[in-house]
Amino acid sequence: MKLLGVLRTKGQRPAPPQGAGGGAKAQGATVVRATDLTKTYAADGVEVRALRGVSVDVEAGSFIAFIGPSGSGKTTLLNLLGCLDKPSSGGLEVSGTDVTRLDRRQAAAFRGAQIGFVFQSFNLIPVLTALENVEYPLVMVQDRPASERRTRVLELLEAVGMADQRDKRPEQLSGGQKQRVAIARALVTRPELVLADEPTANLDRETAYTIIALMKKMRDEVGTTFLFATHDTRIIGAAELVYTLEDGQLTGRQERRG
Amino acid sequence: MVNVVKIAVRNLLRYTRRSLLTVSLIAFGVVFVLVFVAMAGSFKEAIVGSITDNYLGHLQIHRRGYVASIESLPLNLNIEPAKLAEIQQALREVPEVAGASERIKFNAMFSTFVETTGLRVTAVYPDQEFAVCPKLPTRVAQGDRTPAALARGKILVPELLARGMGIKVGATVVVVATNKDGSVNGKTLLVSGIIESATGPGGRDGYIHFEDAMEILRMPGKEITEVAIRLRDFGQIERVGRALRERLEGGGGGQAALEVHTWAQLSPFSTVARLIDMMALFMKVMLIAIVLISVLNVMIMAVYERVREIGTIAAIGTLPSRILSLFLVEGVLLGVAGAAAGVLAGAAIILALNVWKVSVRFGGSLQLFVLSPRIDLFEVLVASLMVIVVSVVASVQPAVRASRMEPIDALRHV
Repeated sequence: MKLLGVLRTKGQRPAPPQGAGGGAKAQGATVVRATDLTKTYAADGVEVRALRGVSVDVEAGSFIAFIGPSGSGKTTLLNLLGCLDKPSSGGLEVSGTDVTRLDRRQAAAFRGAQIGFVFQSFNLIPVLTALENVEYPLVMVQDRPASERRTRVLELLEAVGMADQRDKRPEQLSGGQKQRVAIARALVTRPELVLADEPTANLDRETAYTIIALMKKMRDEVGTTFLFATHDTRIIGAAELVYTLEDGQLTGRQERRG
Repeated sequence: MVNVVKIAVRNLLRYTRRSLLTVSLIAFGVVFVLVFVAMAGSFKEAIVGSITDNYLGHLQIHRRGYVASIESLPLNLNIEPAKLAEIQQALREVPEVAGASERIKFNAMFSTFVETTGLRVTAVYPDQEFAVCPKLPTRVAQGDRTPAALARGKILVPELLARGMGIKVGATVVVVATNKDGSVNGKTLLVSGIIESATGPGGRDGYIHFEDAMEILRMPGKEITEVAIRLRDFGQIERVGRALRERLEGGGGGQAALEVHTWAQLSPFSTVARLIDMMALFMKVMLIAIVLISVLNVMIMAVYERVREIGTIAAIGTLPSRILSLFLVEGVLLGVAGAAAGVLAGAAIILALNVWKVSVRFGGSLQLFVLSPRIDLFEVLVASLMVIVVSVVASVQPAVRASRMEPIDALRHV
């Protein structure tokens, strides 16, 4: 399958806010620099320390899995890296931007420009077709012109094997098909970074392998950085770097060659 | 914006039954307001038209103090010749005046030679009176309906008395009255017609010719009780009334000043008319409440049901302002759809009421009030705009709530 020429058109990347990197980082460049991150919640009056001094650098084009038992802080870390939440302390740069200083609006604009999300439950918008779901970030986030949108969306749908299902609504799609659409949506804005929280948890074995292969192929062809929070051994097996989190701390780092 | 509207429409269609119910409720409210305003306006217009075209005219001029003691029809508060000339001159200078009728009103004894009773006499110049009160002929139940019915020596007898005293058209009767000096005089008159009051059989008001009244009352010169005025344009009443007041109510010269009254100041129906206006206002307030509650309810539900969806679109970078606009547009669309449906249905009902000719007859009155409900474009615009503005207001709180959601909390929502 011919893949994603349109995603490599660097000149069309939206200008990210506040001096973000802009343009896909060359292999080896640092996309994420987290320094001594902590996150403390108050739950029912009890202080919960979800992250305790996590430091990690992520290079562009990485395919990294964060693993660990439930409550170890994987999702919290991903939320911080995705600018969905703010650390209690520590430093965090994503694509060269100090994201701890972004307000709500700036954080939304930054996510729209630099970060793609793939959710465990797919989180497609039910009233939109597959094509419209993929197109949504270009329409509602980046205000791209229609001609550019259509080309990009159709190429991505072709790449994830969903071109023939483009007019179906999420309710008419299988779990695997939904996740393919979600991946296309995450990539359509050409983000530096895609964060995927348990992306295969709701998929059967065969579909999960297909989805993992698809994401890896995207990484290989486009150079997007993929970070996963997962328990899934199939993703762990495909990751090139696996970090283990326990009690909010990084306790292991294992390099693999997939 | 087109995409925001497209998504908003799809979201409304997602819960078709609920959206349709809300739109129907709003439409029902709009229909209710428009039809009520149209019917009430038509009713008011018919009654006001009846009052002014039958006996009051649009404006009346009296000597100061007369209206306060109008029930006794005092002759000592008549307008004297010098002031009458002043009035006539003033009316000639007002182009909006279509006609003016000079009247003498007095209490009299009315006799068939067999029976005698009291009568309230209005003495007029027939051509003037028919010009100012064009519906007068429609009240003539029997006899001559032309101005000739009020030629000298003739009388239109109130139906109540005619029936009670067995008076027929062509009969001879006597009218006896006391003049302002206290002397009594009478005149024999020929019954030219039987007339009912403006609201049906009843009342003791009869009509004779002005000069017959002067003869009965032994007036040395022309005095009048009042001048009833008809304008070319009903809508000019207040303005012309003000102008005449400025001109005539100055007084001076030792004579009592004059008073200019509009029909509304002279008729108790003006209170009913104000009540009708108040009811129309109340209907509009009800409409506001219907729209506010129904749209607010739908939008609160919409936000509550779509928390995770809001979290998703916020996570992938949708700005809070755009999330706000998504929900505001949904609410506005509900209002627009409801207003449009209501205006169409309301217009259809008003049209149907005009085709079916809804009519009202008071008691046994000869006059049939055919209601012609119609609605001004302005009223339609006001009702529609009100619905849309209230829809926006009702959507603001849920939309702000949606736009302020933290994506991380919204995504965790079960």
